[in-house]
Amino acid sequence: MEFKLKIWRQKNASVKGKFENYTLKDVSAEMSFLQMLDYLNQQIIESGGEPVHFEHDCREGICGSCGLYINGRPHGPITHTTTCELHMREFKDHTTIVIEPWRSKAFPVIKDLVVDRSAFEKVIQAGGFVNANTGSTQEANNIPINKKISDRAFDAAVCIGCGACVAACKNSSAMLFVSAKVSQYALMPQGKVEAKERVENMVAKMDEVGFGFCSNTYACEYDCPKGISVEFIAQMNREFFSAKVCKSKK
Amino acid sequence: MSKKGFSLTSLSHKYIMAAAGAFLMLFLVSHLATNLLLLAGDGGAQFDRAVEFLLTNPAIKIMEYVLFAGFIIHIIIGVILELHNRRSRPVGYKVALKSETTAFSRFMIHSGIIIFIFLLIHLYHFFFVKLGFVPLYGGAETAHDFYPMVAYTFQNPVYSIIYIISFVFLGFHLKHAFQSAFQSFGLNHDKYMPAIKIVGTIYAVVIAVGFSIIPLYFLFFYN
Repeated sequence: MEFKLKIWRQKNASVKGKFENYTLKDVSAEMSFLQMLDYLNQQIIESGGEPVHFEHDCREGICGSCGLYINGRPHGPITHTTTCELHMREFKDHTTIVIEPWRSKAFPVIKDLVVDRSAFEKVIQAGGFVNANTGSTQEANNIPINKKISDRAFDAAVCIGCGACVAACKNSSAMLFVSAKVSQYALMPQGKVEAKERVENMVAKMDEVGFGFCSNTYACEYDCPKGISVEFIAQMNREFFSAKVCKSKK
Repeated sequence: MSKKGFSLTSLSHKYIMAAAGAFLMLFLVSHLATNLLLLAGDGGAQFDRAVEFLLTNPAIKIMEYVLFAGFIIHIIIGVILELHNRRSRPVGYKVALKSETTAFSRFMIHSGIIIFIFLLIHLYHFFFVKLGFVPLYGGAETAHDFYPMVAYTFQNPVYSIIYIISFVFLGFHLKHAFQSAFQSFGLNHDKYMPAIKIVGTIYAVVIAVGFSIIPLYFLFFYN
C-alpha cells in the first residue's frame, strides 16, 4: 500500500508548528497504525531527519498513551478502537492520511503529536481515589455488591484516560473522563464514603485546568475507544447536585 | 467548598441553562395554546378573552417578570458557554470533526442567535406596542387590541416568512434542548431516554408547526 501522510510537526511547545507531507510506499496492510509510523520514522532517521514524535506504550489498547487525531476522528476511523489497535487495512490504498495531535487548551502540544495530558492527572489527584486505610486483604464477600452495580462500576472503570473524549468534543470538555472516574467510585461501597467531596473537588479541578463546558452533543461517547456511555455524565450531574444541595453545613 | 453553595462551576452553568430552558419550553406551550385561538374564525373574540385574562391576572403579571428573567439568564449563560468553549480550543483541527453527532446539538448557538433576532422583532411588534414605545397599527384601538395587529403583521408575506423560518430554527433548537435538559439534570436512564428523545422530537415539531400555521392562516385564509 502507498499513502500520502500529512503530519503535524512542532519542535516544542513555544514555537508554531506546521504540517509536513510524506509519501510512504510498501506499507503492509497488516501493519498497525503505530507500526506504520515506526516504518516512516525509520526512513526519516536513515535520511538524517528528525523522526515524528508520538506517544505509545502498551500497544494493546489499555494504557491510553497513543492518542492521535486521524482524518477527523480521535483514534481514527474505526469505532471503539485505540490508535495502536488500528490497522492499515482500514485505509484505502493511495489516499492521504492527515494526522494531528489532540487539540485543547488543557492539552498543550509538547512536540509533534505528543500533548501534555497532565491535566487529567491533576483531576485524578483532586479526588480520583479511595482514601481508606485498607489494612490486610479482606474476605471478598464481606461487602456484598449487586452484580449489576459492580458491572456498571466496571463499565466506568474501563476508561483508559486517553483524552479522546476531549479531542472529539467541539467544546474540549472532559466531562466523560471525569464522570467515568466519579462514577466508578460513587457506585461502590468503598467509594461512596467520600463521594460528595470527590465530585466537588474533581469538577472544580476540571474547570480550573481549562477544559470546556459540556453541551451534550455526545461526540465523546461516539469516539471513546472504550465505549463509555454519557449516562455516566448524567450520573456525575446527579452526584454533584446532591453534593451541593444535600451536604450538611457542619 | 460546599459552604459557598452554587459557585458557577461548569455543572452549575449546565443546571441553570437547563432550568431556564425547561421553563421557556413550558412557556412556549402556553403561548401556543393562546395563539391557536387566533384560528377560531370568530374575528378574534376568543383570543381577546384569553388576552384579557392574561392582562388582568396578577399571577401572570408576576410570571411576565419571571419569563424575562428566564430569557435573559438562558441567553447570557448560552453566550458565556460559547465564549468559554471557543477559548478551550485555541488551535483548531485541519480536518473537521467527523464524530456522529446531530447538527441540532452542534449548532445550538446559531439557532439560538436566529431565535434571539426573531425575539427582538417580536418584542418590537407586540410587547413594545403594549408598553407604548411603538405606535398602534393595523387598526388596533388600544395597546391591548392585539388581534388586528396580528392580522396586519401576518398579512405581510416578508414578516410571515421570517416568522416561519424562525420557528423552524426554534424546532431545531428544541429538538436538542428537550432531551439535553433531562441529561443536564442527570435524568438519563437507559429505560426512559429513548422515550424522552421521541417526546422531545414530537414537542419540537408541534411547537414549530403549531406556531407556523398561524401566519399561513392569515396569509391565505383570512379576509
